[in-house]
Amino acid sequence: MYRIVEHRRWYFLLSVLIIVPGLIAMIYSTATIGRPFKVAIDFTGGAIWELSFDQPIMPAELRQVFVDGGFGDTAVTTLGDGKNAQVRLKPIDEAQKIALMSAVKAKYGANVREVQFALVGPAIGNEVTQAAILAVFAASIAITAFLVIAFRKVPHPVRYGVSAVIAMVHDILVTLGIFSILSLLLGWEADALLLTALLTVISFSVQDTIVVFDRIRENSGKYRGETFRVIANRSLLETMHRSLATQLNALFVMAALLLFGGATIRQFIAVMFFGLISGTYSSIFNAVPILVGWEERNLLGTAAESAA
Amino acid sequence: MRSRNTLVLGLILVLGLIALYVALPIAHPSWVKNLAVWQQPAEYRSLDFKQGLDLRGGTQVLLQARPSAGQRITAADMEAAKVIVDRRVNALGLTEPLVQLQGENRIIVEMPGVDDPDQAVQTLKNTGQLEFVEIGSSSAPQYPRIEQGVYVRTTNNDRTPTENELGKTTHPYPEVVFKTVMTGRDLKNATVILDRYGAPGISFELTSSGATNGAQIFGDYTRAHVGDILAIVLDNVVLSAPRIQGVIPDGQGEITGKFTRAEADSLAVQMRYGALPVPLEVVNRRTIGATLGADSVQASITAGLIGLATVLFFMVIYYRLPGLMAALALVIYALLNLAMYKLIPITLTLPGITGFLLSTGMAVDANILIFERMKEELRWGRPLRSALEAGFSRAWTSIFDSNFSTLITCAILIMFGRTFGAQAVLGFALNLAIGVMISMFTAVIVTRTFLRAIFQGERSETLREKRWVLGF
Repeated sequence: MYRIVEHRRWYFLLSVLIIVPGLIAMIYSTATIGRPFKVAIDFTGGAIWELSFDQPIMPAELRQVFVDGGFGDTAVTTLGDGKNAQVRLKPIDEAQKIALMSAVKAKYGANVREVQFALVGPAIGNEVTQAAILAVFAASIAITAFLVIAFRKVPHPVRYGVSAVIAMVHDILVTLGIFSILSLLLGWEADALLLTALLTVISFSVQDTIVVFDRIRENSGKYRGETFRVIANRSLLETMHRSLATQLNALFVMAALLLFGGATIRQFIAVMFFGLISGTYSSIFNAVPILVGWEERNLLGTAAESAA
Repeated sequence: MRSRNTLVLGLILVLGLIALYVALPIAHPSWVKNLAVWQQPAEYRSLDFKQGLDLRGGTQVLLQARPSAGQRITAADMEAAKVIVDRRVNALGLTEPLVQLQGENRIIVEMPGVDDPDQAVQTLKNTGQLEFVEIGSSSAPQYPRIEQGVYVRTTNNDRTPTENELGKTTHPYPEVVFKTVMTGRDLKNATVILDRYGAPGISFELTSSGATNGAQIFGDYTRAHVGDILAIVLDNVVLSAPRIQGVIPDGQGEITGKFTRAEADSLAVQMRYGALPVPLEVVNRRTIGATLGADSVQASITAGLIGLATVLFFMVIYYRLPGLMAALALVIYALLNLAMYKLIPITLTLPGITGFLLSTGMAVDANILIFERMKEELRWGRPLRSALEAGFSRAWTSIFDSNFSTLITCAILIMFGRTFGAQAVLGFALNLAIGVMISMFTAVIVTRTFLRAIFQGERSETLREKRWVLGF
């Protein structure tokens, strides 16, 4: 018989090794910019304006046009081949926008085109932030409640619920941590789609956990003589094929989206990609070992077992 | 048992063919479109994909009421504001614009393919101007083409509109500036009444004191112009062009005519709130250029096809004959989804397409659960048919539980997206939810029916021996 849950201290160590750098990044970001990662105007309010030009342009020059127009607090970056520029400024109204556009056209010619524009009022930004945090909590609580109800007939249903929640929190931390690191390195910004990715990760993580727990529930009835540990190992092994096949499939789809799906959702897909891997890992190597550790009143297992 | 399965198989094939027909990018005859009776209004029924703004380019604005100090906004105020914004958006002449109330104090507006979004947004927020305008005699009409919906220049606003501003509105007398008799400031109230035959009309009341005296102006004017036409004009567009039947001396008048109840309601609202009942401000706005949209369409189609093809390929390689059946079921699944997007209809966005592809993953997951279970049962020596049935029945709780937890998440995301007009979030969650629900049908019922049809009688036991066909 394979021994999986016996080695649980090493799985937990791996999780810690992945989560801690992310936590450090989040703490560092909070200390420097006041938030665990850079956030998009969805949450802060502001305006982003992407313009396309005939010729590559100098960001400083374009910025000067906005400064002269009375918008000193403007940041300009060029994208790709330098013919596209992204302008970030505080919220503007239509009249101001029309005036700024004509100033830009006066300098760069009439062929300047608007690629996209987004504006979020500061008040609604706060509202969205609160709603997003609320959404994550609501989803976690609703899913946990469902889980406890679905497993109400097993002995200790709360243990199943709590173990699944720990796995879920693990995935949230891994996802947000990786995002925070990428935010520091590549300047990624959290937007409403990050919330979507996070909730999807949560639900997929719980799915993986449910499948293994389901099997434990079934096997507990079938192999009454076996210890819980043996049943857990057996269940993990039996569902391992499914977990890997499903994971592989999801990764195929994600890879296609990452490679061909267009730049606007790349960040969204990447976050989900990491989250899904974490979700599968946490159900197999966190949720079930925690359940066993709880049953045996020894969370980390003994050194002798894990060495064997 | 066998004949029942054949019946279900036939039904599935018919359903698949219908879905294929709906999903095909062809011009469907109008009687087919009219079968989608839940799509309202009837004249807009269509079996085309609705592309979101991120795919076809355009502008979305979320307008929020900003009441002045002490003003309370009622649901009626918002409804009136919506009617006015709707009229202004329609005047832009866009295909399939959208104006919707959102929450208690917000209006969401989508303007696909709008040329000058800044100008358009400015027009939406504008507080409108109601006027009573002299058109002249009705017995020998000098301007016969003045009717509801045409543009007129007035002494109050004699600007010549650009072609863009006009949109679908006609402007039959571009040279003429009509005389403004009175503006909406002098109008106190307008309500719908029913005459003694039950026909709807409008009763209005004019101001009689204060800086302006509407009753006085109107009394003098009507005395001199009985029989003439006096048009009611909002933002230079004629709402109604009634004839003055008699003198209205006391500031209490009625407009009668061939109104339907809905027309009368709408006219009363527009007269009452010619100006927006509450100022609106832009709290959220997205403009996507047409080029960016077109690039995104291309990218998402490529990604979708490649993603789907990889999954189909994987299923066949890994699970062999059952995998092939699951792949067929997945094709039906994709067709059903596409047909649903057209029928409901669902607006397709980039994140929405991602949601669809992820739900494909979930559909496959259900099959994987079933097939893994089936293989286990086969390894334990069960006969093929009973392994098949055991695979499906044992895997069902896992499939249901995991899909249900996804639906919970989708519900929360849909609520979030609705509140803030976040179409990206909404599109993803809606498509994922629809996909999950359809997948419970295709991955379980359709695949099972296919497999039952193949694994029949003696044939199934010869198949049992060919392990490579079953992939265990």
